[in-house]
Amino acid sequence: MGETLKAKVLVVGGGPGGYVAAIRAGQLGLDTVLVEADRLGGTCLVRGCIPSKALIHAAGLYEEMTAATEGRFGIRLDSPPRLDFAETIAWKEGIVDRLNGGVSALLKRAKVRVVNGHASFTDAKTCSVATSDGSLTVVAEHVVLATGSLPVELPFLPFGGKVISSTEALALAEVPKRLVVVGAGYIGLELGIAYAKLGAEVSIVEAQDRILPVYDVKLVEPVRRWLDTHGVALHLGAKARGQRGEGLEIESASGEQLILAADRILLTVGRRPNSEGWGRERMALEMDGAFVRVNDHCATSTTNVWAIGDLTGEPMLAHKASAQGEMVAEIIAGARRRFMPVAIPAVCFTEPEIVSVGLSPDKVLEGVDVVVGQFPFQANGRALSMDAGNDGGFVRVIARKADHRILGIQGVGRYISELAGEFTMLVEMGAVLEDVAGIIHAHPTLGEATHEASLKALGHAIHV
Amino acid sequence: MGCYLFRLPDVGEGVAEAEVVRWHVKPGDPIKEDQSLVDVMTDKATVDMTSPVDGVVTAIHGDIGTMMPVGGVLVEIEVEGEGNAASDAVVAVPAPSPEPAPAASDPLPLPAPVEPIAPAPIPANSPVASQWRKADEAPLAAPATRQRAYALGIPLQFVPGTGPGGRVTPEDLDAFVAAGSTTPAVSSRQSPQQAVSETKIIGLRRKIAEKMQDAKRRIPHITYVEECDVTELEALRADLNAHRSGHQPKLTLLPFMMRALVRALADFPQVNARYDDDAGVLHTHAAVHVGIATQTPGGLMVPVVRNAEALDLWDSAREVARVSTAARNGTAMREDLSGSTITITSLGPLGGITTTPVINHPEVAIIGPNKIAERPVVQGGLVSVRKIMNLSSSFDHRIVDGYDAASFIQRLKRLIEHPALIFMD
Repeated sequence: MGETLKAKVLVVGGGPGGYVAAIRAGQLGLDTVLVEADRLGGTCLVRGCIPSKALIHAAGLYEEMTAATEGRFGIRLDSPPRLDFAETIAWKEGIVDRLNGGVSALLKRAKVRVVNGHASFTDAKTCSVATSDGSLTVVAEHVVLATGSLPVELPFLPFGGKVISSTEALALAEVPKRLVVVGAGYIGLELGIAYAKLGAEVSIVEAQDRILPVYDVKLVEPVRRWLDTHGVALHLGAKARGQRGEGLEIESASGEQLILAADRILLTVGRRPNSEGWGRERMALEMDGAFVRVNDHCATSTTNVWAIGDLTGEPMLAHKASAQGEMVAEIIAGARRRFMPVAIPAVCFTEPEIVSVGLSPDKVLEGVDVVVGQFPFQANGRALSMDAGNDGGFVRVIARKADHRILGIQGVGRYISELAGEFTMLVEMGAVLEDVAGIIHAHPTLGEATHEASLKALGHAIHV
Repeated sequence: MGCYLFRLPDVGEGVAEAEVVRWHVKPGDPIKEDQSLVDVMTDKATVDMTSPVDGVVTAIHGDIGTMMPVGGVLVEIEVEGEGNAASDAVVAVPAPSPEPAPAASDPLPLPAPVEPIAPAPIPANSPVASQWRKADEAPLAAPATRQRAYALGIPLQFVPGTGPGGRVTPEDLDAFVAAGSTTPAVSSRQSPQQAVSETKIIGLRRKIAEKMQDAKRRIPHITYVEECDVTELEALRADLNAHRSGHQPKLTLLPFMMRALVRALADFPQVNARYDDDAGVLHTHAAVHVGIATQTPGGLMVPVVRNAEALDLWDSAREVARVSTAARNGTAMREDLSGSTITITSLGPLGGITTTPVINHPEVAIIGPNKIAERPVVQGGLVSVRKIMNLSSSFDHRIVDGYDAASFIQRLKRLIEHPALIFMD
């Protein structure tokens, strides 16, 4: 065994949970080592949030230009745009590289020692890392597990060949002619829609009877409508059976056996915690199914072993992991902290986009009287001026009837992801409808819809 | 038929909540007055709660183990006639009456008919009674306030909120803390720490460690403590300080101790010595080089006032000031830091009652004056107030016998108690 590194804090995993924990620990003067087997940035930065958003942006631009061949807003292209997909992917990679370098620089500034290699624990506080220069042992007083998650595979549809996960979907050599997406969660829909915009013939297979099943029907309706009007075939209540002939065999809702022709089959049926293969079983950690069990301090059952992010449960979101990472670093430094958000915002970069924060009307507890105010982007000047007012989008505010406390805000519409900040802020600050009513929202902006939805809940919206 | 709300009564002084430990009823049970409903436990006792009414239990609140605040509804009972639920309602936050939402069928930006803006029934600025909150009611406050409350160990549901919708404002939390409200169910406000940090013992600290270890390992110490009356010496010191001229330094006890040492050592030369124990040779010095134990930013150092026998009181004071300042500043020369033949270690007002000074090897004696304090002393049958100082000392018992050590200290005591002797030729 080679060199032994001693540290106060060992963070395993350099994703948005791990690297944030490491930077914060470094800021607090804790001697910190971060171990990452792949590139810094994790799923989010390398093969998730960021690259998919780049691809979605490029796809949107391509679609708009394609539409301009027919003429739009008086703009007309004489010939359709040409797509050099390899260049698109290279541009996306450039963004990833830049952010990856940024994370590396931030860690360095926080005096975090980064070890590149696969960590394997021999006991709860000791791990050996296989680096390119040989084996290294890291012994730490505190261990922060941030190993993230992996795409779920189906036994009858293993990855390989035509069958790809979201990772491969973000680095294809060319746009597949026919793409079948299995799973209509947000990852499948985001990528499916992007490829549809890039010219692929897309079909989506979903076992449940609706798309984006975690959201209420009204909120996802504009997305369903977009799929409908853009020729994306939806097979709801259908089961994938496996690869057959030219593509994927499915059993439709009515029990029919169909074969969907496909050049690529994108499997997005969920993600599972990355809880195997790094010595978890030698750390005496209590589990919660496949997740590592943690309390509201992100402490595991083993003293001074902490776990954050996807490894610890739903929702598997980068910003949740980061918030937990920051908190754990502060707890290790001696602060009294607890993970106690009122809401963790969720955003889908579908067409149109969806934001959901806090309680939605279908999840309101029995016995709680609420008022709901909804405002359509159709009546929002800024939305109309951006051609974002005709897709059925809206903002919806849910407040407790008794005291007007805002319990949740959801919205659907083009560019609405940028409103996630205000939505979350209002819920998290414990704002009441009257607070929003009393805040002047700049005109003309999409944010006015939040204001109007709140006025609507108070019974005096101006523009509807 | 009416509904009677049975609330957790005030179960004892200073008790703000109680734990539900056992239910005697379930929804649907008919109950009689005085029948047991539920057992609750405070930190003082378990109390059996009995029903004040006849009726039928319609709902119970609080799983076993739940902490219920005083005033929280435990049981809802359907009773004949009017219950108390109606009268209770006035305590509840008045619900605003939202107008029926206009139909959303016409989303065009048409000017809406002007509605009379009735003073909105906003439940603002009416502190919501703390009993009315549930622990899981969220959000009770903005994130920063929640975090501060958590760090203070204050469960927010007990803090009255004056913000909109009963939100706990930062000021509410301040007021709650200022009022010294007994916060129930608060665990320690300090988070337990398990940190162990490693520090390499290097440099001066390592030197000190080695010197101390060496001294304690090699030298069998004998420690002797005597009480000295320094009333006269202190009076003399005060007088000299009061009348000193501009170029004369302020006198501490140290120069007097040094002068007294020089005097006493003349009769006890074996105490002013360096013992080379490896060679088995004792070097007895004619010169008195006094080590002055000095606290420096890096740790303990012992700069040396050389040839104290040749210095008068004022020069002794100057030299002590010079070498100790040099040691603290790190500007001491090598010769300022070595060659002492005896050492004085004084912590001044921190001097305590007794110390067991560690000999500065290879010397054979160390003197440690303790703090001076006024004490009642019996003299000639009368109690008078005297300034008393203990004088601790350690000797290398291989060289200095107990008898000699005691004799030496007694000589020193006599000099200190009658300072004129120090200066008499």
